[in-house]
Amino acid sequence: MTVTTQSGQRRAPKAAKTSSVFKKVVMAVSGIILVLYLIAHMIGNLKAFAGRDEFNHYSDWLRTLGNPALPGSTALWIIRLVLLAAVAAHIWAAVSLWRQAKRARPHGYVTKKANAQSYASRTMRWGGVIIAAFVIWHLLDLTWGAVNSEGHDGSPFDRMLASFQNPVSVAFYAIAVILVGMHLRHGIWSATQTLGQSNRRREVTVNYAATAIATVLTLGFLLTPFSILFGLID
Amino acid sequence: MTMTEDGPRAATAPHQERTMRVTLRVWRQENAASRGKMVTYELDDVSPDMSFLEMLDVLNEQLIMEGQDPVAFDHDCREGICGMCGVMINGRAHGNGMNDGSVQTTTCQLHMRSFKDGDVIDVEPWRATAFPVIKDLAVDRRAFDRIIQAGGYISVATGTAPEAHATPVPKKDADNAFDAATCIGCGACVAACPNASSMLFTAAKVTHLGLLPQGQPERNDRVVNMVTQQDREGFGGCTNIGECSAACPKGISMETISRLNHDLLGALRAGARPKS
Repeated sequence: MTVTTQSGQRRAPKAAKTSSVFKKVVMAVSGIILVLYLIAHMIGNLKAFAGRDEFNHYSDWLRTLGNPALPGSTALWIIRLVLLAAVAAHIWAAVSLWRQAKRARPHGYVTKKANAQSYASRTMRWGGVIIAAFVIWHLLDLTWGAVNSEGHDGSPFDRMLASFQNPVSVAFYAIAVILVGMHLRHGIWSATQTLGQSNRRREVTVNYAATAIATVLTLGFLLTPFSILFGLID
Repeated sequence: MTMTEDGPRAATAPHQERTMRVTLRVWRQENAASRGKMVTYELDDVSPDMSFLEMLDVLNEQLIMEGQDPVAFDHDCREGICGMCGVMINGRAHGNGMNDGSVQTTTCQLHMRSFKDGDVIDVEPWRATAFPVIKDLAVDRRAFDRIIQAGGYISVATGTAPEAHATPVPKKDADNAFDAATCIGCGACVAACPNASSMLFTAAKVTHLGLLPQGQPERNDRVVNMVTQQDREGFGGCTNIGECSAACPKGISMETISRLNHDLLGALRAGARPKS
């Protein structure tokens, strides 16, 4: 047996400026805000089934929320700023942990097999990048109308029809929404762990709940675009 | 599966004469500073009853006879309780029972009967910045010792043993604390983690001491200081993927990680701050 003793060879590790657990808490809390938003957003989308006027009226209501106590779109902008802050915090925590992981193992294994990791947990990082890209396109398409044939002057309902009557657009939307679903599947479980609310007894329930919420949101978001694509809403 | 799979065997078992031939691809690295590479070795006459470490012993005898440098690997008790041995075998920490990834085992308790004649077996060291390679398959796991020094202890007066029943411990807490205390600090959690995080190790220690009355006085400082130390050592952050628990030879559960997070949030609220 070779015995090797080394002294002073170990390089001083770079002190972590922020606790890795703190980063995860930021990730969890911002994630919860975004999940709550997604639930509200999904319910709003399903208004499409109530018809053009109902949908446009809902959109108007969002823009005048809180009137007359709050002037103009103040309430909507407060919501937008909270969401923007949550997205920024979520991305900061993710990038920071990603870099920490890269530093923690700069050279990978020649052979590595997974025992437990789910596809959802494996795609959190690149899935997140794709979702972020989708959100930008989604805003350009349906909120600002910049890449929408109806443009900014069309009604929200018309922009939605114009976008989802295009199969390519629906395909991109569907891929992104399925990625969001998988992101939530692992994210909800992970947030429960990070906030210290899981235990052996609850673990099964938490995982079922994560799958259930992810599935309901995914299907809820896919319902409207596919209904438009197949001409069920016009 | 239990630690030892050596049940009583019939004396007439026919496998006595059967030997295996395996091809090993072993990570050879002179020291922490040098670059390593996989080197292929052929090994005949491997008995299915050999442990994985005994097979490496045979390889080393062969290398010494040929005048080559033997493969350095860590080991001590060879009974699955010390935590010294540990290598990645075909991409799984401790080989993890090989054919079925769910078997809890240490490398020394993995036997060659888990492999087939003619198998190609990849053997690599734990890979983490915090576990620098000393030589070949042996890594420096002193980062774990420093995490323990940061808070993995209790302060009690030594001397005459106190009356055992003076401090009652609920059965449930005693059981859970014991489950966490079975951690042998082998480092398989870090090795298997896609983030190279030591969270399961630290969580096992925090759970073990935090559930017992003796661990209460230092509970808040312990969790804050141990987490700070593990970040300082250069481990990655936990993303709750679960590879650690699946690779753990003692089956430490993911519940301990949730408990660590719970303790940490409580400690920070209570004003505990890491000592610098």
